[in-house]
Amino acid sequence: MYVKQISVFIENTPGRLAHFTKLLGDNNIDLVSLSVADTTHFGILRGIVADYEKAVKLISENGYTVKLTDVLAVSVPDHPGGLAEVLETLSGHDIVVEYLYSFVRNAGDHALIIFRVDKLDEAEKVLTEAGVRLLSQDEVRGL
Amino acid sequence: MEQVYWNPTMETMPREQLRALQNERLRDVVRRVYEHVPFYRNKMQQLGITPNDIHGVEELHLLPFTEKQDLRNNYPFGLFAVPQSEIVRIHASSGTTGKPSVAGYTSGDVDRWAELMARAMYCANVGKSDIVQVAYGYGLFTGGLGAHYGAERVGASVIPMSGGNTVRQLMLMEDFGSTALCCTPSYALNLADAMEREGITLDRIRLKSGIFGAEPWTEDMRRRIEEKMGIDALNVYGLSEVMGPGVAMECMAKNGMHIWEDHFLPEVIGPDGKSLPYGEQGDLTFTTLTKHGMPLIRYRTHDLCTLTDEPCPCGRTHVRMGRVMGRTDDMLIIRGVNVFPSQIEHALLQVPGIEPHYHIVVDRVGTLDTIEVQVELSPSVMSDTVRDLETLERKIVNSLASHALIHASVKLCQPGTLPRSEGKAVRVTDRRHLQ
Repeated sequence: MYVKQISVFIENTPGRLAHFTKLLGDNNIDLVSLSVADTTHFGILRGIVADYEKAVKLISENGYTVKLTDVLAVSVPDHPGGLAEVLETLSGHDIVVEYLYSFVRNAGDHALIIFRVDKLDEAEKVLTEAGVRLLSQDEVRGL
Repeated sequence: MEQVYWNPTMETMPREQLRALQNERLRDVVRRVYEHVPFYRNKMQQLGITPNDIHGVEELHLLPFTEKQDLRNNYPFGLFAVPQSEIVRIHASSGTTGKPSVAGYTSGDVDRWAELMARAMYCANVGKSDIVQVAYGYGLFTGGLGAHYGAERVGASVIPMSGGNTVRQLMLMEDFGSTALCCTPSYALNLADAMEREGITLDRIRLKSGIFGAEPWTEDMRRRIEEKMGIDALNVYGLSEVMGPGVAMECMAKNGMHIWEDHFLPEVIGPDGKSLPYGEQGDLTFTTLTKHGMPLIRYRTHDLCTLTDEPCPCGRTHVRMGRVMGRTDDMLIIRGVNVFPSQIEHALLQVPGIEPHYHIVVDRVGTLDTIEVQVELSPSVMSDTVRDLETLERKIVNSLASHALIHASVKLCQPGTLPRSEGKAVRVTDRRHLQ
């Protein structure tokens, strides 16, 4: 049960990020989750949108380089130690987390967190077995 | 196509006979410029020669060179050899600074130009039943009209698109079934990239030949375009001062461009100003044999290349020029090392997934030259992790060090952000001169 993440290359020059987010805004595309990784020269904006097909078309037509990546949308109990439990489950199975970031919104007593891992299938299996809930693409669309 | 050559008599003329024709035409053009162009009469008088001293190609070395600066000094019409009333067309170079260099054509010149571009079309297997999409700019720049007249001359159906408007170019390419494309190689690559982006597969287009020129490009780039578009990509050469596209054209052997020697007399000049033997690299220089509007004697193009008279499998007897390796005025001297943009392009293309959309920025920090190579990031190498992109940057740095022997910093850029002008890619910004 994967979710599609968009990753967009953003040059590290003033106004780029503003230009990009305005493009999404003007086209009524809502980022339900977002993180930016940055270096001196460039940044990678990662995010989850409801309609990723529409977003990819729009973004590439406007000259941005974009890539789709499968990630896990994990529903983590919103109490101290909740995240640690999930991470321990993964590390216990030698699954490496490349990065993670949280959703803008949450679902009641659960926080929604995006996980990018090296072994996707295995991660899905061990988390499900550990009783951790993963969100589907359709559920993400509804957020 | 049953006929291989547009003009079999001229294109396959035995070299001895061709030399006799050149001798006769050289005598004629020298007489014309001496009588009608004060600039040439003065120069020849200073050198103590008259048209009677020039019997043929053997005496070519006695004649003075013409430099681009001479065109500027005689701006705009000072080098015309006919009254302005005989001029039917004026073109000008795409110089970005100061006054352009101007060229005037008589109706005979325009006619001969069409003939030479018609030969070029046949070289690319383009004839009467073809549909030719001309995506060179139309206007003062010679590319658009040059290709247009040549394609019309062979009887093809011409689509005068001019440059730009990529999405529309692709729509008409598909709907009209264009079989040949004329544009700059960097624009051809842009179109190929846009095809991928729009999901236009090769079975939807009928393109088979590309006639690409007006800027230097590499063999790697040819392969890239040929694969992406499923075509034969051929190199065409020309410059507005000498005529425009069609001074030389590659045949299907793809091993150098035939210079139409019944109209242009080529030489390769070394640093000491002496004409070099075939095979040696130097400054390509042309004497126009049949131009009446603005004939030029030993015009220095400053394009670096070699000539060969070895027989070509296509049967054409005219000498071939190799790829332009750079321009003597494009050459960068970085910390004392000579670097041509074409070397950098070659190094970039050794890195899988990298497209030849790049821009070179040279600067000086303190007393040290720095070079930054900006490379557009294509979707195929995009990653969601910083680590992957930094690895990519390092690979490019290493390739530049091993293939171009330069230590450059590399900056990944968004597609379409690097400078382009009139469909030609702007390859170098040298900030050292600005300080």
